[in-house]
Amino acid sequence: MISRRQFFKTAATGALTIASARALLAESSVDPSASAGVLVDLTRCIGCRACENACRVRAGFDALPGAAIGYGPGDGRLSFRTRTFIDFRDGDTKPKQPVKRQCMHCLDPACVSVCPVGALEKTASGPVVYNESICIGCRYCILACPFGVPKYEWNSAFMPRVAKCDFCADRQAKGQSPACVASCPTGTLKFGKRGELLQEAKERMDAQPGRYKYRYGDAVVGGTSWLYLSDTEPEELGFPKGLPKEPLPSLTWKAISKLPFVVIGVGLVLSAVLRWRTRGALEQP
Amino acid sequence: MNEFNWILALFRVIGVLVMMSAAVFACWLLSGRQSPKHVSAVFGWLLLVVLWGLGGYALTTRYALGLGAVTNLSDQFPWGIWKALVLCGIAFAAGGFLTACLGYIFRIRTFYPILRPVVLAAYLGYMLSATGALLVDLGRYHQIWRPIFYWQHRSVLFEVSWCVMLYTGVLTVEFAPILLDKFGWTRTSRFVHAITVPFVICGVILSTLHQSSLGSLFLIVPNKLLPLWYTPWLPILFFLSAIVSGFATAIFVSALAFWIFHKPLEPRVLTSLAKGMTPILLVYLFLRVADLTSRNAWMYVFRYPVQGVTFTVEMLLLTLPLFVVLKTRWSGRRRWAFAAAIPVILGVNLNRLNVAWIGLLPATGSNYFPSWIEITVVLNLLSFGVVLFGIAARYLPLFEHPDVGGHGTPVVVPRVTAMGPMEAGGHV
Repeated sequence: MISRRQFFKTAATGALTIASARALLAESSVDPSASAGVLVDLTRCIGCRACENACRVRAGFDALPGAAIGYGPGDGRLSFRTRTFIDFRDGDTKPKQPVKRQCMHCLDPACVSVCPVGALEKTASGPVVYNESICIGCRYCILACPFGVPKYEWNSAFMPRVAKCDFCADRQAKGQSPACVASCPTGTLKFGKRGELLQEAKERMDAQPGRYKYRYGDAVVGGTSWLYLSDTEPEELGFPKGLPKEPLPSLTWKAISKLPFVVIGVGLVLSAVLRWRTRGALEQP
Repeated sequence: MNEFNWILALFRVIGVLVMMSAAVFACWLLSGRQSPKHVSAVFGWLLLVVLWGLGGYALTTRYALGLGAVTNLSDQFPWGIWKALVLCGIAFAAGGFLTACLGYIFRIRTFYPILRPVVLAAYLGYMLSATGALLVDLGRYHQIWRPIFYWQHRSVLFEVSWCVMLYTGVLTVEFAPILLDKFGWTRTSRFVHAITVPFVICGVILSTLHQSSLGSLFLIVPNKLLPLWYTPWLPILFFLSAIVSGFATAIFVSALAFWIFHKPLEPRVLTSLAKGMTPILLVYLFLRVADLTSRNAWMYVFRYPVQGVTFTVEMLLLTLPLFVVLKTRWSGRRRWAFAAAIPVILGVNLNRLNVAWIGLLPATGSNYFPSWIEITVVLNLLSFGVVLFGIAARYLPLFEHPDVGGHGTPVVVPRVTAMGPMEAGGHV
């Protein structure tokens, strides 16, 4: 009666798996509207790159040399030491709207969901932070991020790190605003609670429909903590094309959540086949 | 500033020398503890010595200088040919769970003789192209054990790493009797026999999970993977193609192994495998076509020239064998079964390369192509597998299977003795 024992074993394992999966499934119920966010009003941005400079200094790298307004020194892209930068979008033919780039701090981030060891975390207060002491260097977060944010320390042979904007989580914990926001001289960046910022964005759009035509970040991939207001279409501003409205992790979860059923199903089928092929007891073949 | 780095140079020289002597030793073992006798053998020795010597240089450089210095990977394209090798190797190793399932669960006696070689091939596939490639590819290779203690249940990669770890354990149990028999540890061997069937069941479950999950890895990049390959059905397609690949690699491995080592093999083994492969391959192709049609994705074949070609070649390679196996005049022939397996293996591997590499190029705006070091490491890992298989075939009871009765069926088959003590006299 081995196959029967097998059957019960499999069934018990399956039930346990389902139970634990259910328990794990209970998502941390963070209210995104109460968490931190930033409203980026691109119509106010003059491209002075004070934010870029402040970010570099805060992250422990050299300040940008000289008065680097407009084009000038710097990486001109997100990199290991450049966690935010002003994208002047070279090659565009239209008048250029400088766009600040940094981690969007998705409400349900792809990078957090793919990390096999949980080195990335969406904190309840808003920032998506990276814990370098757990990282194994698989670089799945870099592949998964729809905004191309996480960057890698490629030249480190032994302990390479991932680098990304951490929303100045340490400054936030002290009640300060992020370094980039604090440095912005034009009021382009506004730090606050995401719910209130979203409300304000809507109000601004209603008040000045000619100036504010597009809002980005409230719906894409389930919403982001950083919100953008602009008079130009987001895709034209270099935001990725073809992103769904649903959070990317839910695409994966649809597959992973079937796991308990696969375990039970395959286990039952195999036990049944074994029983059938051995007529109940495992005789010597 | 190009100062000569003595430490690095020394490290490299040591690496090259160690690998070259390992190659000589491996060749010596492979040729039956003799020096090469023929010109062709000398050529083979030289080839391996050069390849492993280059491998020594490649590996030492990678570990001394890091990924950035030796690979063409970038923030734009963080996963390269080494990650693709993991996918390919695990698809190749699908033969292990498939033949184990057919032998131990479905109790199809025809396949008993090939259980050992195919399971060994799968074992090597997991050790080298999964674990080995990851030890090279992970930025913090020394932290590879972390998923054991740091759980993240929403991550496909977490699930895959657990399945692969556990399944490697299962393969160890399936493979252990070969070693135990070799060293005459009969009692331990019997114990392992006794627990094999539950382990095989676990192995099939684990394989179902991670073979499909390797496809789920790419569900997170809907805007990066070309619609020719991106579909919510990725896990199902990966699982089905893994089964197809399992049949094909079982044919490939057993045909080659039995042929090279001059062991007799029932022609029926290969033709039955080819027959088993056909319906799964048909279902797979039907799903592929239905999926592409329903998503209206065919036009991308013409929109992206490179991807269009690799996609077409992939589909042709997977369709080609159907003409062979469905033709009754050929389907009973062993050599045609072998001929059908080759394009299937190539097609499935090309599919993995397309998903993990070529299909990601346009949207990421990358023109990634592996560096010579990346390619050398891949060739090295593959050659380790081939050499270790050869050594095992030469020195371990790999082809030892029970007496074959008059009708081509084993009379007694202790290898698949499942639960309970093995009957005396079972194995001679």
